[in-house]
Amino acid sequence: MARVVVDVMPKPEILDPQGQAVANALPRLGFDGIGSVRQGKHFELDVDDSVDDATLAKIAETFLANPVVEDWVVRRVES
Amino acid sequence: MTARIGVITFPGTLDDHDAARAVDRSGAQSVALWHADADLKGVDAVVVPGGFSYGDYLRAGAIARFAPVMSEVVAAAAKGLPVLGICNGFQILCEAGLLPGVLIRNKGLHFVCRDQWLKVENTTSAWTTRFDQGAEILVPLKSGEGCYVADKHVLDELEGEGRVAFRYVGGNPNGALNDIAGITSANGRVVGLMPHPEHAIDALTGPSDDGLGLFLSALDTLVAA
Repeated sequence: MARVVVDVMPKPEILDPQGQAVANALPRLGFDGIGSVRQGKHFELDVDDSVDDATLAKIAETFLANPVVEDWVVRRVES
Repeated sequence: MTARIGVITFPGTLDDHDAARAVDRSGAQSVALWHADADLKGVDAVVVPGGFSYGDYLRAGAIARFAPVMSEVVAAAAKGLPVLGICNGFQILCEAGLLPGVLIRNKGLHFVCRDQWLKVENTTSAWTTRFDQGAEILVPLKSGEGCYVADKHVLDELEGEGRVAFRYVGGNPNGALNDIAGITSANGRVVGLMPHPEHAIDALTGPSDDGLGLFLSALDTLVAA
């Protein structure tokens, strides 16, 4: 078993209203100095050793992310 | 022979009953289709209605596109089956690759629920022939993830080929690029839109009967075939 992390983020050019809302709330809460916030998704998968990187990339690209508006990164964090 | 138009129900679908009612009101016969059945029951067209299929988990429409019934819809659409996606149905058709682009969270984050004016810009698709070019129609809009986004070359293609079916007028409610409310596939058989024509089929229950035009258009398309 390996732990695999997939991070999915809105592409830089895509409007991220959720991130903007967080960024706008921070000064109101007294946290200054935060320029901008982007909000994405973080997936943790427990994966059999038989699953190769190409399969993981396919899972990320065809299901966990929508490549029209999102970028994704797959990382194996422990094995 | 009466045209038979299927209406799909997923877990979390809300608007299947209104969609079926609109189909029946148009003079076609509605046929209930179930997400878990890889069976279109021989229907002549399909409506993918609105709601929150699979709770909108992951992304709106992202899980519904893998439902057994959707494999059949995608295969049949490739052969020219008319398909209409409304709201969550539009999101599902985009995720399934039947229509380009994607719907993201509304600009400003608010769920928008109001009667919305739309301009009809395509009157040649299977679902829009009953409208006059440039006609303005009043249809309910109720969505939190209705902001249409696509790559610039996709937008240019949609605009250049006259595939923007409906455009928001009187203010853009959600930040959709080019004020796009609905689009058609290249062959004009598949249409998706965020507003709800099935909620606007008579004055008793909706702001107008403008929405009936989509269903009557489909009926014309099927009868002519």
